[in-house]
Amino acid sequence: MKILVPVKRVLDYNVKPRVKSDGTGVDLANVKMSMNPFDEIGVEEAIRLKEKGVATEIVAVSVGPQKAQETLRTALAMGADRAILVQTDDAVEPLAIAKILKGIADAEQPGLVILGKQAIDDDNNQTGQMLAALTGWAQGTFASAVNVDGDSVNVTREVDGGLETVKLKLPAIVTTDLRLNEPRYASLPNIMKAKSKPLDTKTPADYGVDTTPRVKVVKVSEPPVRSAGVKVADVDELVAKLKAMGVHS
Amino acid sequence: MKTLVWVEHDGSSVKDATLAVVTAASKLGEVHLLVAGSGVDGVDGVAKEAAQIAGVGKVHVADNAAFGHNLPENIAPLVAELMASHDAFLAPATTTGKNIAPRVAALLDVMQISEILSVEGDKSFTRPIYAGNAIATVESSDAKLVLTVRGTAFDKAATSGGSGTIEAVSAGGDAGLSSFVGAEIAKQDRPELTSAKIIVSGGRALGSSEKYEEVIVPLADKLGAALGASRAAVDAGYVPNDYQVGQTGKIVAPQVYFAIGISGAIQHLAGMKDSKTIVAINKDEDAPIFQVADFGLVADLFSAVPELTGKI
Repeated sequence: MKILVPVKRVLDYNVKPRVKSDGTGVDLANVKMSMNPFDEIGVEEAIRLKEKGVATEIVAVSVGPQKAQETLRTALAMGADRAILVQTDDAVEPLAIAKILKGIADAEQPGLVILGKQAIDDDNNQTGQMLAALTGWAQGTFASAVNVDGDSVNVTREVDGGLETVKLKLPAIVTTDLRLNEPRYASLPNIMKAKSKPLDTKTPADYGVDTTPRVKVVKVSEPPVRSAGVKVADVDELVAKLKAMGVHS
Repeated sequence: MKTLVWVEHDGSSVKDATLAVVTAASKLGEVHLLVAGSGVDGVDGVAKEAAQIAGVGKVHVADNAAFGHNLPENIAPLVAELMASHDAFLAPATTTGKNIAPRVAALLDVMQISEILSVEGDKSFTRPIYAGNAIATVESSDAKLVLTVRGTAFDKAATSGGSGTIEAVSAGGDAGLSSFVGAEIAKQDRPELTSAKIIVSGGRALGSSEKYEEVIVPLADKLGAALGASRAAVDAGYVPNDYQVGQTGKIVAPQVYFAIGISGAIQHLAGMKDSKTIVAINKDEDAPIFQVADFGLVADLFSAVPELTGKI
């Protein structure tokens, strides 16, 4: 089967985001960007399924600016076979992304779509579920194990309180949780080879999708700052502070 | 505005997460609830309990084998159908709510607003982005709203004083796409992490699950606290996944949060920096956790924590 892996270019997770002083957003000029960590896990899982002989082809997809090509090249260097960039400079919301992905799924007919559970910039946690609704396919969100078995897939999900396993009819949508796998690093030869793998460029209009935002961002502000605390000298002082707050058994 | 609140329950009682959602919904208008599940007795009991929640109008009850395990393929069409007569759908930002709500939103062709922290107006909300490092004020232009609600940001509605009317819903059924295979739920006799007043969390510095048991658990026992952990401690296998506090784990805001042997990476802070008081014990005085801690103790946790446990 073919596997579709949507990937997103986001502010690197090690970078501390800075809110712009005019309150219009987070400053993304001249900061390190990389592939959303949950998406790396999605790419890795697709590659493992190919290595097991379950998947035949892996198509990486990204919706975003020209520079999202870099993110797709990373996916290709990890082991994806080809890539599709749906190029737009607009900020695209999960619903519109899901509609674009639906268009790609209609064209490509994948057996599985593996997305990250959330992007670490918007923290929305919506795209996979929305794509599942639009395609009418089953969804296995927050996956920590994926086992394809004939025409179905068993997905173990990380839920509040523990783990849950569901059986989904294929084709299906899976979203990855952190513990699904440990993504591999692309080797230098593979990074070189990735440069010659096919990368198609499309636009949202090719899929008939209007990307006009439904939700307007009125303002972005700094979270409330915690007031500076104190360092206590020893356990006795800490106990005294806790008792003063009324914390005791 | 007529709102529909997803009641998260365990088959016998309403989960706490629902109560904060009711408070958020009441800021928008009339509050209706949806109790979906399987098995007459359990679902009836939950519906009766739900009807007692202060401020609740109608309680829609959907009892069908297909709704037994919160499978979104079966639940989302049911909610979408009920949304014909409601203006907003609200679910807790728990794994169940996050699984179902976006599927509902796409069926209704609306954008969801995730993890709201406050209601600013009929269509205006605040929500955290970038792991809580920024707060966005957003305004929806959709005809209907789909929201998930961060439980720690709203007071819990009272569990009594309400007089909702219970009404059976016959809509929906099995979409034939998915089935429940099984679950492994971690056993906990302690307060639930997301609603605990005190949380004692351990990090990588503990070094083993034995040390977590030996150092962290007795302090939590003494304080009647819930147990938490950083991602590093979870990944190292010291504790189960569902102990994890952070951007990708649980978001907590207890009265007191003890961060023990936790350096304080931004992904961890995202899950606990709204705690009322943060106490950090770490031997590295430059650990970022000390920048958010109200009380910090620079000390070896293996001696300091047992001493603390003995003295409180």
